[in-house]
Amino acid sequence: MAELMRLALHDLHVELGARMAAFAGYEMPMQYAGVMAEHVHCRTRAGLFDVSHMGQVRLRGSSWEAVASAFETLVPQDVIGLVDGRQRYGFFVNAQGGIEDDLMFAREGDALIVVVNAACKGADLERMRRLSGIEVDALEDRALLALQGPEAGDVLAGLDERAQAMRFMDLGDLSIAGVACWASRSGYTGEDGFEISVPVAEAESVARALLGHEAVAPIGLGARDSLRLEAGLCLFGQDIDPETTPAEAQLLWAVQKVRRSGGARAHPLAGVLTAEPRQLRVGLRPEGRAPMRQGVALYDEEGRSVGRVTSGGFGPTVEGPVAMGYVARDAAEAGTRLLGEVRGKRLPVTVEPLPFVPANFKR
Amino acid sequence: MKYTEEHEWLREEGGVMLVGITAHAAEQLGDVVFVELPEAGMEVAQNEEIVVIESVKAASDILAPVDGEIVEVNEALSDNPGAVNEDPEGEAWFFKMKVSDPSQMDEFMDEAAYKTFIG
Repeated sequence: MAELMRLALHDLHVELGARMAAFAGYEMPMQYAGVMAEHVHCRTRAGLFDVSHMGQVRLRGSSWEAVASAFETLVPQDVIGLVDGRQRYGFFVNAQGGIEDDLMFAREGDALIVVVNAACKGADLERMRRLSGIEVDALEDRALLALQGPEAGDVLAGLDERAQAMRFMDLGDLSIAGVACWASRSGYTGEDGFEISVPVAEAESVARALLGHEAVAPIGLGARDSLRLEAGLCLFGQDIDPETTPAEAQLLWAVQKVRRSGGARAHPLAGVLTAEPRQLRVGLRPEGRAPMRQGVALYDEEGRSVGRVTSGGFGPTVEGPVAMGYVARDAAEAGTRLLGEVRGKRLPVTVEPLPFVPANFKR
Repeated sequence: MKYTEEHEWLREEGGVMLVGITAHAAEQLGDVVFVELPEAGMEVAQNEEIVVIESVKAASDILAPVDGEIVEVNEALSDNPGAVNEDPEGEAWFFKMKVSDPSQMDEFMDEAAYKTFIG
């Protein structure tokens, strides 16, 4: 694999028996014990993911208000109102109101900590560096681990009791195996869990400390995808991209009222972002056992083309195929029966509300 | 048992050839979630795509190893695709076929040769 970057924990993944493959320019662990086993383990115990390929960035200005206002020129989220020690979901948008990347942003004192997708790291850093008067620090010396699952809280509380009091979307300091880490109670699986930022030099100690707990198993990107799909979470580049607006993507809940049209802090594109969409992202449940994957064309029962699948595969927890895609508004109601074209045959698929598996966030 | 470079095995049983994929192939595929089999009675040509296997992540095609006619398919795989991972060289045969030109099997490997082939 030429020119692929390696994660700081590469050797550990190989030691754990990972099958490695290329993703977003990195050599990454796709699976260890097997995708289904890892998926189930994460939903029943605790799974450890290495997501260090993602970009962690710290922004600072002359004050919190300065950095938050500057960031608000890039995202349609309420950043200024974010309380210290809290995190939110957001996205960069382009001039047409399309989504350029989705991200998490958190307030740590007067600093803004942002986590962006690996594939967009370069473009996102450039975007943030164009903000005037804002210091942008690409935290390349930090690794990112995610511990997700019903036992994640117990595992971390056993290492640092401060984890106990953290609620969904809180950010805090945790000490793991003597290493000072930052953690947010958040994730990409629909389960309770934490995303833990560790200095690269200590990442192996922290990973081994977590893996040393009998409830914890390593989880690869294969299961990460099936977990987030069952949870109805978007994958940038598939379910959201520069041509999908937040309204189409059913992400308006992430555009807080204060940034919508009519107020002093309305995002300049608020009208476009929130405009009545002609297509909507929906959950899709194929009736048979055949998965319907990205690119499958969708038709209504009269044979009219109504949309496409943007993500699809097999859901080990629901024990069947699941998918997400975009369909015309009038075909988007839950229960609508559609047909997906798979290998030349049109097979039944029904619109279903997301998520396929209920979330277990610690609110 | 004979093996092809496409990681399929063939085993003669009562005048027909049983065909499946090897344990090595099943392991490479990962967890199998769906198998689409051909229809019994279908005439097939060597290297024609006749079975689709879907793992959690992707779809793969299985090719007809030789020219012939499919006489029976393993319906049990519709309800239990996971059998491909549990017993790929036994219970999880895909189909039985009548071989029209046995000489097409001359170039296939035996067990020792296949073991060398997969390293």
